[in-house]
Amino acid sequence: MSDTLNVEGLTVHYATQEGALQALRDVALDVPPGQIVGIVGESGCGKSTLINALLQLMPENATIAAGAIRLEGEELVGASQRRLRNMRGRDIAVIFQDPMTSLNPVLTIGRQMLDIQYRETRSRAEKLRRATEMLGRVGLPDPDAKLNAYPHELSGGQRQRVAIAMAVLMRPKLLIADEPTTALDATLEVQIIELLKELQQEIGCAILFISHHLGVIAELCHRVVVMYAGEAIEEGPVADVFLRPSHPYTAKLIECDPGRMKTKAALLPSIPGDLPDLTAPPEGCIFRARCDKATDLCRTKPMPVAVTGAHWARCHFAAGAGA
Amino acid sequence: MGHFKHTLLGRLLADPMAVFAMLIISGLVLVALFADAISPHNYAEMNLVDRFAPPSSTYWLGTDNLGRDTFSRLAQGSRIALYVALVAVSISGTIGLILGMIAGFGPRWLDNVLLFIFDTLRAYPTIILALALAALLPRGLSTVIIVVVITSFSEYGRVVRTQTLSLKNAEFILAERAMGASSARIVFHHILPNVLGPFFILAAMNLPVVITIEAGMSFLGIGVPPGTPSWGATLKDGFDFIRTTPWIIVAGGLPLILVTLGFTFLGEALRDQLDPKLRKSR
Amino acid sequence: MTAPILKLRDVVVEFPALRGVKAMMAPRAARHVQALNGISLDVQRGETLAVVGESGSGKTTLARAINGLLPLAGGEIWFNDIALHQRPDWHAIRRQMAMMFQDPVGSLSPRKTVRDLVLEPFAIHGQAVGTPSETAQRLLEDAGLNADFLNRYPHQLSGGQARRVGVARALSLNPAMVLADEPTAGLDVSVQGEILNLMNGIKSEHGLTTIIITHNLNILRHIADRIAVMYLGRIVEIGPVAQIMEQPRHPYTAALMSANPEPDPTARRDRIILSGETPALTARPSGCEFHPRCPRAGANCSNVVPELTTAGARAVSCHYPISENA
Repeated sequence: MSDTLNVEGLTVHYATQEGALQALRDVALDVPPGQIVGIVGESGCGKSTLINALLQLMPENATIAAGAIRLEGEELVGASQRRLRNMRGRDIAVIFQDPMTSLNPVLTIGRQMLDIQYRETRSRAEKLRRATEMLGRVGLPDPDAKLNAYPHELSGGQRQRVAIAMAVLMRPKLLIADEPTTALDATLEVQIIELLKELQQEIGCAILFISHHLGVIAELCHRVVVMYAGEAIEEGPVADVFLRPSHPYTAKLIECDPGRMKTKAALLPSIPGDLPDLTAPPEGCIFRARCDKATDLCRTKPMPVAVTGAHWARCHFAAGAGA
Repeated sequence: MGHFKHTLLGRLLADPMAVFAMLIISGLVLVALFADAISPHNYAEMNLVDRFAPPSSTYWLGTDNLGRDTFSRLAQGSRIALYVALVAVSISGTIGLILGMIAGFGPRWLDNVLLFIFDTLRAYPTIILALALAALLPRGLSTVIIVVVITSFSEYGRVVRTQTLSLKNAEFILAERAMGASSARIVFHHILPNVLGPFFILAAMNLPVVITIEAGMSFLGIGVPPGTPSWGATLKDGFDFIRTTPWIIVAGGLPLILVTLGFTFLGEALRDQLDPKLRKSR
Repeated sequence: MTAPILKLRDVVVEFPALRGVKAMMAPRAARHVQALNGISLDVQRGETLAVVGESGSGKTTLARAINGLLPLAGGEIWFNDIALHQRPDWHAIRRQMAMMFQDPVGSLSPRKTVRDLVLEPFAIHGQAVGTPSETAQRLLEDAGLNADFLNRYPHQLSGGQARRVGVARALSLNPAMVLADEPTAGLDVSVQGEILNLMNGIKSEHGLTTIIITHNLNILRHIADRIAVMYLGRIVEIGPVAQIMEQPRHPYTAALMSANPEPDPTARRDRIILSGETPALTARPSGCEFHPRCPRAGANCSNVVPELTTAGARAVSCHYPISENA
């Protein structure tokens, strides 16, 4: 069976006053059907640009300089606006970070859940029934009453559940979750993660889960892609990448996560230096300036090196690393 | 050179609307400064033989009912316009700025009082207020300025108040309070620099309005004393004698149109550049 | 034991729940919500106390109440034996009590340079600065920034850099106590370590008392001596960091500590998942306010408010606390 999502060689530039900002460079990733793939990266890694590109909803000054994005084999780059509109909300659904702004504040929940089913030919009563059922399924108490509620009458956690309900109602092929738990409290976060796991089992959609929270990725995802400054620098099964990180950045990132350390550390690790200027990316490896393992070899751009069959990293030393 | 591109002036010069605006405004300033040098005739000199003359090589924009060169009068008028504009906007702007910040940052009751004053004055049509004040005060340029100040400071006050209110609960203001800064310090060091942007935009857009108020008052005969070559006075003469020759009123309207366009474009260009949403964010 | 630097007794902070006509018609009790509902606390000189809780717990309100940014509706606060609840000279107090805010860039005045920002406390309190650039430079260096930053504006700083400027500013007049509201908010994991190391270093060097408000449970072990756990405006548990994290006695604390996903895919997850969400402040449950969500709720919990019972260095407010052997 073909992958649900294939991204190959995706390169996106933004036109700015200082020149072309190379926000994504040659990014490749695959989401097999029914799998949860995590994208982990810090600020400036290009996660938002990637999502915008996947939805083909990029700002005016952005151009896809190269690359392909295929949903179940169908090319999205250059697809007609009509086809794209057809796919959004039905084949591809998105859950955003901020439940406050992703729901329309002037429409009731019921109305919004009806709207998302606009393509269906069922009766209105049937659509409402499905909506109520889904709201109950995502753990919203008293779903019938909630149909008539407005977003501001619900708490943040409830709004996020509604957003999830809307996203999975159409049984999408691909669900993109952009930091859906970042704005939520820890106790709520774990509830939402459990919910996503269950829904994914039931509906069988593929999920692309973006987060900077390593713990959540480790718990939820089957595979993970690590991004840094616009490049995908490591990818593999979650256990492999977390236990045997093959790219120095990934290793450092895991090391820096304070949740990992069970005893009090005298000095916490961090990664010194700053992100490179993406209007003039450096020659060779993008992480070279901040990497303590860099050598002259790193002045040439590393290609993805296979660590095991399903696990690769963009580092000249990847094959030997991760011991 | 690379850094200049990013300064305010650099960015304005890259905007064609702003360049156009700045050319007009520089033109106005130069004409006002060198009015005597560039006027072919003395603005008060009457040549009754040549009255109502159409534009010619001697009289570039023709003459008025007393044979005075219209171009020279308009050139002199630019001084009056500029004087009124700068003085009136400075005074009303300063009053509005200070009152607006006090209204926004101070206690609720003070805000209510000031808001009441602002809204009452803004509710009055300018011309009615101008007529009322002109009836009480002696005729002259100072009166014009007083009228302009009283009718315009409320608008500045309102805009500055709104800006101040939105800044009042910003984290950096809270941080200043947490450091022990007095209200006066917060208002003048931290609120003021952040309200100046919208304030200057408003001032730029307000300058032509002020000039027009003067013109309007002079047109109605309650502005400058007779004989003063303000643009409004020229318009009035042109209107009185429109059946004899259209040139006076046409010529009189030209500088007003140009100046209004110029300052409005400048205000728009400033707004484009100072709008924080357009600034590069990290 | 020397006197605590900060003492809170039954502190209550209220916010209006209704406005205008509705407020006039409602019964007295319904007009306000209690964001802080009776906080009592002692903070010892030189210790780092972490105040932990989720949204609605009142932890940010607590920091702002201590600093006088919010008025008290009841209770007492004593700082260095000065009564903060009785109109003290805040100008003088705030010299001794520095505060850092959640948004690293947003808490810096946007049109001031970094130099002006770190020297601001001097200007506010009329302290002699010496040579401004030199003093500013020294303050920045102590916070890990070089002189290049002196002329930058806040929007030109990254989250970590802005946070350092905030630290430099907070410490410029050598305060006795620092209140840090979410010091790691907005910082990437790769940068958090640096800021925490900085704060730890300063603490040991100057013997500074620090109160850290955070919902980031991961950093607690590395930076705090004691933790106070808040829920709906009350402290439900307080004690030394290692004990609270490893042997929580309050069910909420236990759930909170177990809710933290770790970046280890092979870790065993004995997770306590609470039902429902934190109730709104307008709908406080009766008795122990945690009882509707509590997996251990028993007979008394819905009608009797538990007292904060002290046992050694720890205190917990629960009728059926988790015992040591559980």
